[in-house]
Amino acid sequence: MDVLEKLTILTDAAKYDAACTSSGGDRASRKGYIGNTSSSVAGCCHSFSADGRCVSLLKVLLTNRCVYDCKYCVNRRSNDTPRAAFTPEELADLTIQFYRRNYIEGLFLSSGVFRSPDYTTELMIRCLRLLREEYRFNGYIHAKAIPGTAPELVEQLGFLADRLSVNIELPSETALRTLAPDKTKGAILAPMRQIQTRGHQCREELAKYRHAPRFAPAGQSTQLIVGATPESDLHILRLTQGLYDRYQLKRVFYSAYVPVVEHALLPAKTVKPPLLREHRLYQADWLLRFYGFRAEELLDEAHPDFDPRVDPKCSWALAHPEFFPVEVNTADYEALLRVPGIGVLSARRILSARRTRRLRTENLRRLGVVMKRAQYFLTVDGKLPEGLRFSQDSLLRYLVAAERPQLPPMEQLSLFDPVG
Amino acid sequence: MSEVVYTYDGSFDGFLSCVFARYANKEVPIAISRDEDFPPTLFPCRFIPTDPAHARRVLRKVLTLSPYGARLLQRGFLTCLPDRELALLNLVTTLLEEGPGFLRDRSHPAVYPVFRAVRHLEGEAHVLKGFVRFSDLGGVLGGEIEPKNRVLPLLRSHFCARYPQDAFFLYDRTHHEALLHAAGQAVIRPLADFQMAPPDEAEARYRTLWKRFYDTIAIRERDNPRCRMTHMPKRYWSTMTEFQGPDFFTPQSSPAGVPAPGAPAGKPVPGIPPAPGRSVPGSSL
Ligand code: SF4
Repeated sequence: MDVLEKLTILTDAAKYDAACTSSGGDRASRKGYIGNTSSSVAGCCHSFSADGRCVSLLKVLLTNRCVYDCKYCVNRRSNDTPRAAFTPEELADLTIQFYRRNYIEGLFLSSGVFRSPDYTTELMIRCLRLLREEYRFNGYIHAKAIPGTAPELVEQLGFLADRLSVNIELPSETALRTLAPDKTKGAILAPMRQIQTRGHQCREELAKYRHAPRFAPAGQSTQLIVGATPESDLHILRLTQGLYDRYQLKRVFYSAYVPVVEHALLPAKTVKPPLLREHRLYQADWLLRFYGFRAEELLDEAHPDFDPRVDPKCSWALAHPEFFPVEVNTADYEALLRVPGIGVLSARRILSARRTRRLRTENLRRLGVVMKRAQYFLTVDGKLPEGLRFSQDSLLRYLVAAERPQLPPMEQLSLFDPVG
Repeated sequence: MSEVVYTYDGSFDGFLSCVFARYANKEVPIAISRDEDFPPTLFPCRFIPTDPAHARRVLRKVLTLSPYGARLLQRGFLTCLPDRELALLNLVTTLLEEGPGFLRDRSHPAVYPVFRAVRHLEGEAHVLKGFVRFSDLGGVLGGEIEPKNRVLPLLRSHFCARYPQDAFFLYDRTHHEALLHAAGQAVIRPLADFQMAPPDEAEARYRTLWKRFYDTIAIRERDNPRCRMTHMPKRYWSTMTEFQGPDFFTPQSSPAGVPAPGAPAGKPVPGIPPAPGRSVPGSSL
């Protein structure tokens, strides 16, 4: 089988993994090497695929041969699908040639479980060794740690990769037991803990010796599949928060489940992937990481799922009228961040511009504030923006209308129609 | 005060010389324009010759008042802002008259247009870091872009750090200049015309592999052309491998199509231009 055919099969098999960012690396350019992962290219997109997703890394499987039988996965052993495997040499060559042409920022290497987790990981290590040592590749590498791999191998992998990830995929233990019978929660969390501990030790060593080897310097991430199993948004967001708090994950990715197989326990093949829900989870995730929100503030047992009509921040604002309006000329950074339409950047710009003069409504737009949303929640010198009249009801309508043009076309859009 | 139009040679130093002249002559130009662009008008025209000493003095003054202001000035000059020279002159005069405080307020009328244009420039440079495509032309990497702003000075350090060992060039079709890098040295030079050589076997093969990867990675159930277009507007597609027609993937079989190693292929070969070209604001951007 030639490389073009392998590439087709192994790309197709890898495409449902959402993680495709090259953020967080900081390998400076080195003489005698090719590539860097400096902060200037953090999150550098080299293309956008037809589904609008950023293409940053060569995202492929080493092989889609798999001895496991996870029900939701195209590569499960009971599925009748063409199988292929790259040799480590083929994949290293492809990576370096793509990188030279500026097609990619690096490699995202995942794999089915070929023979055993250890055997597969050894193949992955061989490929990464080739890249780092033979080709002197200094670009970004994201590698999957397969649950059940021996800790020594995870360790080797971590010294070759910038980022490691262990995918949780199914957000609850029950779901794992029924749909991924070969995996256990313990087997997933063990390498996660190992990566966290090792990364921590390594940063301490680095503080002492500048040339200490670096273990997964860009940290670790994971992915949760949304919509394959019945967990609520609250359940998922709590899990996310726990992962950020307790495992210091850099990112949690969400992947709207695309039904690829017929199975009694899974949504039928005709069910569309829940893209809007995925979108809301990413918005909420952003609020957890950068806006100082906690999962319990955004959802509770009485409201376990996000309102599809408005984004989580607007939703929170609508539920907390007592917090508003916020006065732009005096409010502190944290309060500004809670205003819909004010982001991290525009909040900082407001603070900085405020030092030279009192702000007026017409300044705000130029500072990056999205007035269409923000105007309902702020005052400028004690006054609401001129001519603005609204009730709690019309407010919801305006906010829905304000976000709508930015939403990607999604199957749930019909939900909006009654609101108009 | 009489109305006067300044013309200059189009270089950054030339523009700074105009700023100098504005103060030396105590006059306010109603337009500043590159001499070749400027149509004859009713207003008196004054050609301001480029004087590096004057330019240095202006830049040093701006730098001491505000490094950020100097950066806006340098980067602003690379933008495609209409009447950028006047906007930048306005920025400098405000800085000289009011001191640097106003620069902190991006919504200030003297700052905002320049700030926005610079953000546009930086945004374009940022996405191009990803969208640039190189071809391996007998060991030399070559690429082309068609940007609205003069982004090459902003791309220089990025690509030099990415390919410290490689000889490469990047041609800007819009502004007819090229970034050339070899043996750790990088320069930006004007280059009137350039035609990329057709691919050899290996190059055609990797192009095909990339296109296949690109076509396969999209999830059909999530098709979203509008989102793709927002992130990657069509105007960038013209120089991207994944959007080229079949010819682009067909190797040139005749040996003439294989460029000699060590020299960028195509014609004319970018080399040292006969005359010093238009200067670009400092490489320390
Ligand atoms: S281990 Fe499970 S999820 Fe991973 S490739 Fe095999 S079947 Fe798919």
